[in-house]
Amino acid sequence: MAQKTALPAIIGKREEEILKQWLELQMAENKSLPAGGRQQLERDARDFMHALVAGLSRGSLDLSGAEWAPAQEIIEALSASRARDGFSPSETAAFVFSLKQPLFQALFHEFSNDADGLRDAVWQSTQLLDKLGLSTVEAYQKTREGVILRQQEELLELSTPVVRLWDNVLALPLIGTLDSSRTQVVMQNLLDAIVETRSDFAIIDITGVPVVDTLVAQHLLKTVAAARLMGADCLISGVRPQIAQTIIHLGVDLSNVTTKATLADAFAVALRRSGAMVTKIDKRHASSRAEAL
Amino acid sequence: MERIPILRMGSFLLVSIQVDMHDRLALTLQDDLTSQIVKNRARGVLIDISMLEIVDSFIGRMLGSIAGMARLLDAETVVVGMRPSVAITLVELGLSLHGIRTALDVEKGMSLLQAAVIDNGSEVGEDQHDGAGY
Repeated sequence: MAQKTALPAIIGKREEEILKQWLELQMAENKSLPAGGRQQLERDARDFMHALVAGLSRGSLDLSGAEWAPAQEIIEALSASRARDGFSPSETAAFVFSLKQPLFQALFHEFSNDADGLRDAVWQSTQLLDKLGLSTVEAYQKTREGVILRQQEELLELSTPVVRLWDNVLALPLIGTLDSSRTQVVMQNLLDAIVETRSDFAIIDITGVPVVDTLVAQHLLKTVAAARLMGADCLISGVRPQIAQTIIHLGVDLSNVTTKATLADAFAVALRRSGAMVTKIDKRHASSRAEAL
Repeated sequence: MERIPILRMGSFLLVSIQVDMHDRLALTLQDDLTSQIVKNRARGVLIDISMLEIVDSFIGRMLGSIAGMARLLDAETVVVGMRPSVAITLVELGLSLHGIRTALDVEKGMSLLQAAVIDNGSEVGEDQHDGAGY
């Protein structure tokens, strides 16, 4: 196939011309490009052209081959940085697709007397650029998914603090929807904290949980059972009227668990069970003590 | 043959499981423990499983049956020091060991046991001397 070897030669010959037109096209499309972006774009474009010629000169159009690795790398790096900078997928893909027009123009000039040659060359380069464009979008997507994944993990870590209320009383204020993976983390965190602080009581506060369905209730029951197995008493607080109704309508049996409407009530129960007491200090007593200090 | 030592402390028996339990070992422990309870006229059994990293349904059930046997012989059983991962495993297996008393460590387990024996085997109320550590 003579055309396969012809493509890199043509691109190599007309590289400057193609590059100039290509850059102009991209500039026209990306009006919001920052000042430093132009040099960066030019550098990327030049590197990409070189990688393209290098890949083509090996004669293969299969992008998974080793000869296309440099071109793929450039595309991945570019997509990743654009994804982070908030470009849209089509803006990112335009980097590759906008090469078509100048490239085809160069081919038209080159094959002005050879219709068959032109057809083959155009077909090959279209195929190639389409594949490259698709891998641009794929790389873009991958970066975005990475961002989402990282945010999910951060959210998971952020949202499960175990706080110590008293000497051996822990509280776990839950905020947001509970799903299986989150409950796992919550459970583990709570049990670890119980061991660490040698706490006899743990209060799970569900004021911030918007929906309690059978699954969430089951997760809560499991956590309570696991804490009990370790020798700690587990209370549930923050049951809103709406949630109390839902639990009963669903037929969930929470009768083995101490539930309270507010965290304060649960805390009072925990204190009483551990033998501590909260009392008001006599006013006169307090003022005389303050004077003594 | 490998055995798990059973220590006597006053009227209580102390069992510390330091090795991974296999089924034979568990059965031997059941035998030894029941005969020791009778021999020493023990009133309480404290089983420390803080070194136990792996449990299966058999071991979980064994703990339950030991507690049942001890109760028949008029002794209270307290299981102490269960690791979080073990507790989660048991719950996932559907074994919540109803009827077994649990405590966080040996110290708390001991005071729980003492309180239970003073109460002459009746359930320890939730609002009294259950080893809060004050």
